[in-house]
Amino acid sequence: MELNVIKHSVVSPHRPVVDEADRRLLAAIQHGLPLSSRPYAEIGARLGLSEQQVIARLQWLKEAGVIRRFGVVVRHHELGYASNAMVVWDVPDEQASELGRCLAGFDFITLCYRRPRRLPQWRFNLYCMIHGKSREEVMAHLEWMVNHCDLQTLPHAVLFSRRRFKQRGAVYALGER
Amino acid sequence: MKPELSELDRRLLNDFQQDFPLSVTPYADMARNLGVTEEQVLARLHELKQAGAISRVGAVIRPNTVGVSTLAAMAVPPEALDAVAAIVSGYAEVNHNYEREHRLNLWFVAQAPDSTRLTEVLEEIAGRTGHEVLSFPLIEDYHIDLGFEMRWN
Repeated sequence: MELNVIKHSVVSPHRPVVDEADRRLLAAIQHGLPLSSRPYAEIGARLGLSEQQVIARLQWLKEAGVIRRFGVVVRHHELGYASNAMVVWDVPDEQASELGRCLAGFDFITLCYRRPRRLPQWRFNLYCMIHGKSREEVMAHLEWMVNHCDLQTLPHAVLFSRRRFKQRGAVYALGER
Repeated sequence: MKPELSELDRRLLNDFQQDFPLSVTPYADMARNLGVTEEQVLARLHELKQAGAISRVGAVIRPNTVGVSTLAAMAVPPEALDAVAAIVSGYAEVNHNYEREHRLNLWFVAQAPDSTRLTEVLEEIAGRTGHEVLSFPLIEDYHIDLGFEMRWN
């Protein structure tokens, strides 16, 4: 089958350098910190690092922006946010950054990205994930955003999720690979 | 889970989504902040994790800093969707996989150590399922992740 792969070109202006030790550390906490009194000491013991080394490295990874958030990761669906929609717009490329930043400011948005079009199958290039307790709430959020960011005239599509087949954190160590 | 959440649960869920303590005893520090014991914090976090309300206490990594990832989509006939979704979910590289309301009805996120492996996974899925896989790698990320504040009302 044909596969459309677009090369990873622009990712971010400054990409922090993550070394092998960082990868091992992130892999060691990929399923979560131990729920025990001294979690960093426990992780360190697994990796041959001291508790202070683990803490210092995590601090650095946060400051460098590799870790964008460190803390409790909740599952929206289980907490009553039963509805989520991926909303996509076809916006002029040169306006994508400005509109993306406008959309990203709302607190019911969890993701906001620019991605490539795949013509003719897919014309959209700006993506937002909206969470709500119901379909109506998501649609109300959407209307608010559209008005606030002046998106009324831009083509869009609303892709509500129907079934969740899989959801978990990204895995940074895959067995033997 | 049917959320029967206590005040402690709510604060555990909302107040520590970012800046979890990077201290020697983080749970004891949380407990002090909340006016409860370390044992209570650990027990409730454990239970909330068991109940599925918490996925983990840990790091959310910025995309494409460690390995590479992409969002991919397929248009799958309804009668084949369960089987195709199972093949997709079967890959350890796939961490989210959803049915969505569109002609492109299966959307998943795949992540791999390098783009060679990522391409291999997508090609394999296309080959095994007989359906085209469209890949939409990130160009720009606009969202500053501060967690997600739950409103309980």
